[in-house]
Amino acid sequence: MSTAPPQSDSRTWSRTFEDLGGGWRQRQLWGHLGWQDIKQRYRRSVLGPIWITISMAVTAVALGILYAGLFGNDLAVQLPYILVGFIVWGFISGCVLEGADVFISNEGLIKHLPAPLSVHVYRLVWRQSLLFAHNMIVYLVMLVIFPQPLSWTVLAAIPAFALLMANGAWVALLLGVVTTRFRDLTPITQSIVQLMFFLTPIVWIYEDLLNSANESIAERARLAEFNPFLHFVEIIRRPLLGQDQLLRYWIVVLVITVIGWAVTLFVVRRYRSRVSYWV
Amino acid sequence: MNVSTDPAATDRPPVSITTKDACVDFPIFDAKSRSLKKTVMGLVGGNIASTSKVPIIEALTDVTLHLEHGSRVALVGHNGAGKTTLLRLLAGIYEPTRGVAEISGRVAPIFDLGVGMDPEISGLENIMIRGLFLGMTRKQMEARVDDIADFTELGDFLRMPLRTYSTGMRVRLALGVVTSIDPEILLLDEGIGAVDAAFLEKSKQRLADLVERSGLLVFASHSDEFLRELCDTAIWMEHGRVKQQGELEDVLRSYKGLPA
Repeated sequence: MSTAPPQSDSRTWSRTFEDLGGGWRQRQLWGHLGWQDIKQRYRRSVLGPIWITISMAVTAVALGILYAGLFGNDLAVQLPYILVGFIVWGFISGCVLEGADVFISNEGLIKHLPAPLSVHVYRLVWRQSLLFAHNMIVYLVMLVIFPQPLSWTVLAAIPAFALLMANGAWVALLLGVVTTRFRDLTPITQSIVQLMFFLTPIVWIYEDLLNSANESIAERARLAEFNPFLHFVEIIRRPLLGQDQLLRYWIVVLVITVIGWAVTLFVVRRYRSRVSYWV
Repeated sequence: MNVSTDPAATDRPPVSITTKDACVDFPIFDAKSRSLKKTVMGLVGGNIASTSKVPIIEALTDVTLHLEHGSRVALVGHNGAGKTTLLRLLAGIYEPTRGVAEISGRVAPIFDLGVGMDPEISGLENIMIRGLFLGMTRKQMEARVDDIADFTELGDFLRMPLRTYSTGMRVRLALGVVTSIDPEILLLDEGIGAVDAAFLEKSKQRLADLVERSGLLVFASHSDEFLRELCDTAIWMEHGRVKQQGELEDVLRSYKGLPA
């Protein structure tokens, strides 16, 4: 045949950015749905979403006391550390775990309504941000009980959280597309996230291990630098606890943000139109 | 040249759907081929073409259509002929695996009255969410809520959670929202049942008004009566292909197998 078949524009950059931009324009929709998700979880309960805050407080206090005892640390050091670590980890793991399920769980909507795929991702990140905000109440209460040496550098937590959101979005988008095609990746992701919780300094204090009198422990602790989650936790935990910022954490996070989005955009360009076939 | 007197119509691109040789092929991954393990092992084994072993269902083949503003198209065909898949193609939900489909205009697909409804929240909140899903803004929906409430005749029940509703009441609510919007392209799939007769009469009028407002209608149904009321042309689908396209009565005659 001499005439080329008509070219579909499904796999072009313009359609990729149209999806992301079109989803963004529907913020009334996902903004509403994100709130709804939160309220939904605690519907018919008397206290409602305050349960998010309460359960975080209970976990952090219990683990703080437990690990302060186990490691022989001062509770005033251990508890704020665990609390902030837990809050940040909650956001990260929420984005990863729900990201691995984001399109599968929205199968009905995807098959019945022609909305940009990114709507589901924005909804997820927004919901996780709202959970994060609820948990920050515990942080504020903690500041009263265990005052931290905060200065204006605490404001660095704001761009740090913005970076966390930007990364949550690409992780959810990428994992969402891939897990829709390969369903085995969902349980694999769950296992990895669980493992990463122990490998990331959340309950154990990174600097204590680095400065350990035992040479071999200090040596091994350095390996934690290879854990990308460490950098994400550190850029936001350090300002919130009034500790010094380290440039390398920010650089690593920025590099991951750029590379992650680049890879995600390529995958989305290639497979965006296939998701409705796969779900 | 545009002789339209409607100022809104001039600054918007005309409503139309054009498909050319559009195909929709579904890969059917069985439990084994849908895992990473098998793909990775397949690559290692050098058998890269193993993807072709995934069975494919050709749901639509070489669909070429051109629908314009003012089209009122009935979609007929047996079960599994590809009516719903075609509607989803026209909605932009499935992008063709081969060929092209160009859709200009805001699409309101009404395939399943229940989708996007949350049983735990009140009827009023569901009206809002459902409207947002159909591409309306919050303001537009707030302006319509009273009208929808009147139409559904649900009264104080609108403040109750949706799970307390009977099936018929849910259908009323869904139809109320759906018929209140202003779509440019309206895609209707059958399954508007489970409502009492008096209400059906009322919703027929509303549905007819909705079709009147929309620029383009495609309606899949097995009810000749409904089709005759709303449509003037028809497409007959069989085995994923367009078997016949033309005047409603002609197509219905051949579809029913009656002599012309």
